[in-house]
Amino acid sequence: MKRTVPLIITFFVGIILIIAMFVPHDPFYGLDSKFSIFYDVIAVFAFILGGGNLLKVHFYKIQNRRRDWKYSIVTVSGFFLMLGAGLLKIGVPGGWSGDYQADGSLFKYLYDAAFQPLQATMFSLLAFFVASASYRAFRAKTREATILLVAAFVILLRPTPLGYYLTFWLPKPLQFLHIPNLSTWIMSVPNMAGQRAIMIGIALGIVSTSLRLMLGIERSYLGTEGKG
Amino acid sequence: MILDAQPILSSPLANAVGVWIASLLTLMIFSFLYKDNPFYKFAEHLFVGVSAAYWMCVGFWTTLIPNMIARLWPSHMGGVLPAVVGNQREWGYVIPLVLGLILLTRLVTRIAWLSRWAMGFVIGFAAGTNFTRYLQSDFVSQIHSTMVPIYEPGATTAATIGNIFSQIVIVGGVVSALIYFYFSKEHKGIFGRTARVGIWVLMAAFGASFGYTVMARISLLTGRMGFIIQWISGSSW
Repeated sequence: MKRTVPLIITFFVGIILIIAMFVPHDPFYGLDSKFSIFYDVIAVFAFILGGGNLLKVHFYKIQNRRRDWKYSIVTVSGFFLMLGAGLLKIGVPGGWSGDYQADGSLFKYLYDAAFQPLQATMFSLLAFFVASASYRAFRAKTREATILLVAAFVILLRPTPLGYYLTFWLPKPLQFLHIPNLSTWIMSVPNMAGQRAIMIGIALGIVSTSLRLMLGIERSYLGTEGKG
Repeated sequence: MILDAQPILSSPLANAVGVWIASLLTLMIFSFLYKDNPFYKFAEHLFVGVSAAYWMCVGFWTTLIPNMIARLWPSHMGGVLPAVVGNQREWGYVIPLVLGLILLTRLVTRIAWLSRWAMGFVIGFAAGTNFTRYLQSDFVSQIHSTMVPIYEPGATTAATIGNIFSQIVIVGGVVSALIYFYFSKEHKGIFGRTARVGIWVLMAAFGASFGYTVMARISLLTGRMGFIIQWISGSSW
């Protein structure tokens, strides 16, 4: 019951979707789009589960005065404020039938004042870490590292004036070495070749993993409880 | 709408307060560049709470309401989605409701195993869809796009030679990189040398991806810096 039922569900859902691809007639016609909606709905419940788990963890920290518990109050407060603003459509023009993200709503206000700047700054912070990582990666000790360095440098120089002025003087027969041209060539030729090989490899990996999942060979998503 | 807060939230004062909050939160995050500190921790914890609630609300209003509740109880949706009030009830949507509720049992340790039924559906859907999708779009179509004629007459001799060279690099690059990924045969001799060329092609691809990632991050950084400059100059509030 604990492990067999989910394996049966996985098998039937997977097989039905594959059959629906090859037999686009009743009773399989439209099943893929219907299952896709089911999947989206379950994904929202997963978000709710994530929110519930977040509260469980932070309430536990607050209750037991664990390390940094005061910051957990910030997390919980921010969570409830945003959730209340969004679910209750506070300030939405047009009331319940209005758009929950409309201008003038509290949800949009919190999005602009807190969520968007926090997200953008958090990701922009990565620029500094990428810079420090590139310092380590860009030491051209081997041929492979040199290729990586040259490709990344050409791509980085392309949108800058320096990229243009460094090579604009090249004579016409050598114009293919002009950084904007070279950058376009790197993107559309060696980069494309590498990406294609990776995509083909990933596709084969996904197909074999899908088969393993449907046939019940791969069961790690069930966890270890009840195994035996 | 519980509270008619729109006039307050649209006022110039509210805008100024919003800009100040956004700017201070931006500086709090940047303070991590010095070292981990209480301001950063505050902003980080706020981000976790706010983003979890944000995605829950987005999922609720864009998926749960129109795709499940409006299909199961259309007559009750008059206030939120008036267009669906006359629709027939679609009983099939009880399935995601039940599976979704089952998923929430994960929060109750004693019956947490029930959530595997919903996971079974999610995994089965992902496996069944990706099986055909990846075979079509990432396997067959990528091979199809690679297997094109090497010689195509261009406008000039140089362009034609350039195109032939590029096409050879693409075909040779894909084949050699795939050989590098083939581990069932030892990488020795001609096979090993081809795999080595494959590594060079992959390095060029990784370098290009790395360059693009750095550019995207720096673009975000300049955006935030621009926002801070506007805030300091007072032009945004």
